[in-house]
Amino acid sequence: MGSYICRRLFQSVAVCLVISAISFFLLFLNTDPALLLLPPEAEIEDINVFKKRMGLDRPVIVQYLDFLRKAVLSGDFGESFVTKMPALSMIAERFPATLELALATIIFVNLVAVSVGVISAIKRYSIVDNIATFFALMGQAMPLYWLGIMLIIIFGVWLRWLPISGNQSFAHLILPTITLGSWILPINMRLVRSGMLEVLTQDYIRTARAKGLTETKVLTKHAFKNAVISLITVSGMQFGLLLSGAVVTETVFAWPGLGRLAVSSILMGDYPVVQAIVVVFAMCVVLANLGADICSALIDPRIRLE
Amino acid sequence: MLLEYRSLQNSLEDEPEVSRFSLLCRKVWQLRLGTLGGIIIICLVFAAIFAPVVAPQDPYSQNIMKRLMPPCWMAGGLSEHLLGTDHLGRDILSRIIYGSRVSLAVGISAVLLEVAIGVALGLLAGYYGGKVDSTISFLVNCMMGFPFILLTLSLVAVLGPSLQNIIIALGVSGWPVFTRVARIETIRLREREFVLSAIALAFSVRRLLIRHILPNLMPSILVIATVEVARAIILESLLSFLGLGIKPPTPSWGMMLAEGRDYMLNQWWLAAFPGSAIFFAALGINLLGDALRDLMDPYLRKA
Repeated sequence: MGSYICRRLFQSVAVCLVISAISFFLLFLNTDPALLLLPPEAEIEDINVFKKRMGLDRPVIVQYLDFLRKAVLSGDFGESFVTKMPALSMIAERFPATLELALATIIFVNLVAVSVGVISAIKRYSIVDNIATFFALMGQAMPLYWLGIMLIIIFGVWLRWLPISGNQSFAHLILPTITLGSWILPINMRLVRSGMLEVLTQDYIRTARAKGLTETKVLTKHAFKNAVISLITVSGMQFGLLLSGAVVTETVFAWPGLGRLAVSSILMGDYPVVQAIVVVFAMCVVLANLGADICSALIDPRIRLE
Repeated sequence: MLLEYRSLQNSLEDEPEVSRFSLLCRKVWQLRLGTLGGIIIICLVFAAIFAPVVAPQDPYSQNIMKRLMPPCWMAGGLSEHLLGTDHLGRDILSRIIYGSRVSLAVGISAVLLEVAIGVALGLLAGYYGGKVDSTISFLVNCMMGFPFILLTLSLVAVLGPSLQNIIIALGVSGWPVFTRVARIETIRLREREFVLSAIALAFSVRRLLIRHILPNLMPSILVIATVEVARAIILESLLSFLGLGIKPPTPSWGMMLAEGRDYMLNQWWLAAFPGSAIFFAALGINLLGDALRDLMDPYLRKA
C-alpha cells in the first residue's frame, strides 16, 4: 500500500509540473506578453526597458523556472495586472465559494444517482427506469448555461421561488447545484444502474438468496456495496469535469467563485491570475484523483495488486 | 456502456422475468430514437449546405422598425418572421439556419483534428508500448488533469477569436479521449494472428498501423467521434456565449443566445430558439451515436 501511494504521489507531482508548464507557455504562444501589458502607443525603447525590468528579456525557459521557483517556494504567482493584488490571495478569497458549490453538487448528484440508479436496476424497464433514461438523454444534450438560464427564467422570474444570483443563503445554492449537477448526473446514474445489474448476476448474490436472506438484505448488504465502488473512483475523476462546469455555472448565476474569476481574467487578459487558477485547479483535480484512488484501493484490495 | 450491455445480456440468460414484449418495445424505441437522431442531423446538414435557399430572409439585414417582433403565432407577430426578430430587427429563423454552418463547421473540423492527433498517438502508444507508451499515457493524464474549458478558453483568448483558432483550440483540448481508446484497442489487436502475420511478412510499421490496425479501430472511433461532435458544438456555443466566439455579425447559436440573454424577461424568443437549436443538434447527434454504438456492439447484437 505504501509503495502504491508513493508511486501515485510522484505521478501527481509530475502532472502538476507539466500543467504549470503548459499554462505558462500558453502566454508565449502567439504574442509578446510585454505588448499585452503596455499601451499600444508605447515606443520600442520603452518596451525594451519594461522587458528588462520585468525580466521578460530572458529566455523563456529561464522565465519559467523562475516562475516555478517563486510559485513552489512562496506561492507567489505574480500580481494581477488589473487589481495589482497577489494572484494567489485573489484565488484564496474566491476558493471557498467554488468548493461549497462543488461539494453541494457532489452530494446532490450522488444521492440522486444512487437512489434512482438502484431503483432502475431492480425494476428494469419500469416507469422510473424509463423516465431516468429519458432525463439522462436530455441532460447529455443540454448545454449547461442554457439549462441555467432556463432555470432562472422558470424558478427565478416566472415563479419567483428561488434567488437567481449570488451566494448569500442556502436557497441561493439550489439552482446552481442543479445546473452543475445535470452535467454529471446522467453518467453516475448509468454507472450505478449498470454496476447494480452486473453485481446482481454474480454467484454470491445467488448464494445470499439461496440461504434465504430477505431481498432487502441481499440488496443492501451484499449488492449495494460492490455496485458503488466504481462511483468513488469516478467521482474523483469527475472533480475536474465539475470544476470545468463550475466555470460556466458560476458565470450564469453570478456565483462569486473561482470559475467566474477565471472567465473574467481570461477576458481581460489578466494572465498571472489565469495561470494561478489553472495550477490551483489542476492541483485540486490531481488531489481528488489521488484521494479517490487511495480510497478505492483501501476498500478493494484487487486494485492494489494490479 | 459496454458493461451495461454485457450485464444486460448476462441477466437475460439468468432471469427470464423481463418479458420478451417489454424488451421488444425497448428495442423498437431505441431504433426509433436512432432514426429520429438521423433525421435531425440530415435536416441540420441540409440547412447548413442550402442556407441561402432555405432561409426566408437575409440573416444580416437589419430593420430597426421591426425589432423584437414576437414569433408569428403570438399577438403582433408577422408571417414573414416565423420565429420573430432580434434586437436589431434581424430574422431569427434565418439566423438560426445560417448559424448551423458555424456549428457544423466547428464541430466536424474540431473532431477531425482531435481524431488525427488522438488516434495517431494512441496507435503509437499501443503498438510500441514501453517508454513510448508511458510517455504518451502520462501526457494523456496531464491533459485529463487540465480543466478543459479553461484550456480552450485561454487558447482562444491567446490565439484570438476566429473560426480557425476556435477549431484549433477545441481540437487541441479534446484529443485524449481518442488516444485512450485507440491505445487500448491497439494493444488488444497487436497479439492477433493477422497482425502477427503482417509482422512476419516484414511490412513496414506505417503500413501495419494504417492498413491493418487502423481499420479495426474505426467502429469505436466513429462512435466516440459522433458524441465529440455534439460536445464541440456545445463548446463552440459556449465560447460565443462568453464573448470569445466568432465575431459578429456572423450568426452563431451561442452568440444569439448571449445577445438574447439581456432580453430574457420579456422577449424570451431571442434566447429560447437558438438555445433549442443547440439542444436539438446535440440531442440528434447523441441519439445517432447511441444507435451506432448499438449497431456496432457485438454483445448487443447477439442479445
